[in-house]
Amino acid sequence: MPALENEYLLISSLFSPWPEAPHRQPEQLTTYKLRGNNMNINATLIGQSIAFFVFVWFVMKYVWPPLIAALDERKKTIADGLAAAERGQHKQQLGEKAAEKHIKEAKAQASEIMNQAQKRAAEIVEEAKDNAKEEAGRVKTAAEAEIEQEVNRAKEALRQQVASIAMAGAAKVLKREVDEKAHSEIVDDMIAQI
Amino acid sequence: MSSEGITSSEYIKHHLQNMTYGNHPEGGWMFAQTAEQAKEMGFWAFHVDSLGWSFGLAIVFFFLFRGVAKTATTGVPHGFQNFVEMIVDFVNDSVRGSFSGKNDIVAPLALTVFAWVFLMNLMDLIPVDWLPMAAGWIGATFFGADPHHVFFKVVPSTDPNVTFGMALGVFWLMLYYSVKVKGVDGFFKELAFQPFGKIGMPVNLVLELVSLISKPISLALRLFGNMYAGETIFILIAIMYSAGLATGLFGGVLQLGWAIFHILIITLQAFIFMTLTIVYLDMAHQDH
Repeated sequence: MPALENEYLLISSLFSPWPEAPHRQPEQLTTYKLRGNNMNINATLIGQSIAFFVFVWFVMKYVWPPLIAALDERKKTIADGLAAAERGQHKQQLGEKAAEKHIKEAKAQASEIMNQAQKRAAEIVEEAKDNAKEEAGRVKTAAEAEIEQEVNRAKEALRQQVASIAMAGAAKVLKREVDEKAHSEIVDDMIAQI
Repeated sequence: MSSEGITSSEYIKHHLQNMTYGNHPEGGWMFAQTAEQAKEMGFWAFHVDSLGWSFGLAIVFFFLFRGVAKTATTGVPHGFQNFVEMIVDFVNDSVRGSFSGKNDIVAPLALTVFAWVFLMNLMDLIPVDWLPMAAGWIGATFFGADPHHVFFKVVPSTDPNVTFGMALGVFWLMLYYSVKVKGVDGFFKELAFQPFGKIGMPVNLVLELVSLISKPISLALRLFGNMYAGETIFILIAIMYSAGLATGLFGGVLQLGWAIFHILIITLQAFIFMTLTIVYLDMAHQDH
């Protein structure tokens, strides 16, 4: 087991820029070689440099282009998608606005139509009333005319009957046959007077 | 490797030593058995653990991301694709924010740097003894090595070779694009005629060269310093486990706290490395 001796010396020597410290004991001086021993610069340097270029070349050739192409393409896809979404939203807003306008127009139209319909209805009612009145007047007039005709016809019939009755009565009264032809003038006159 | 007879300093030394394969002046090409041998190998040596882990992590990263890239759909992403896309998008945003020029290499470069540095730093959160012990056991069982001489450092970004290797890579790219965009004369003018005009050319050159060279150095050292210090603290905490129950429990609490704090550091360091890479390349592309 390594003992924890000379820890301070050890730690300080690891980072000390001086290879030798004159005041230290000879057996402790072995520690100082640490720094020099593991800092050998050798052909590892060349090997590492070559490997560096080889790997950079490999990455440049086989790793970077496909990855960055995939990333760029996805970026583009996403950007396009976002743009499309924005366009869609914009369109939707426009559509909403248009719909609102349409609805407003439709409402206005509807109310106008209703107004017109009401007006028209009132007109129709008025017209119907007028027509009815007219019709009624016409019917009344016709009926009156008919009545008058009937009355006249009845009067005529009555007059004829009265005349014949009067003629019969007169014939009876005169007990003889009256010459209808000779006296028809007088009879007609009488009928006209009835 | 806290076994009998190891002192704290040996324990730490063991943890901070890379597994080194190199040309030893006496033994030829071999694994270094001691730190001294590793040092004697000089420049022609490789840190097998650093390289192995950094390559391995880079390959893991590459195949994970490549798998997603092959099947990436443009539809709704699921699961791991989501995660990968999040990182790619984050890197892409960083590049767009900081890089004004037009260059197809910068974004993949930034992604590589970020993911790679992050994964390398992430190795710091694995308890410090697990992988070295496993490596020691494997070395002793299959290769007949002395486990005390199997060194294994699992965090590549605590190896200055790794951080400097990456920073140098960035530096070469900076130089290349500076010359490509501005031309040799344009690049020279940028270095020589600022900030004091043509009269102050020597001073300008000194100033600008220092600032140019300090860029990769600071890039590498910042990452290395942060990760090295973090790793060292983990190791120091790990020493406490062998110093009695109370100390060990306290060490456990410390390790948990430091690990949670370290999550922030490793992400931040990866992010800083990436951002500075982007900024430096942006400066290289700016034509005055």
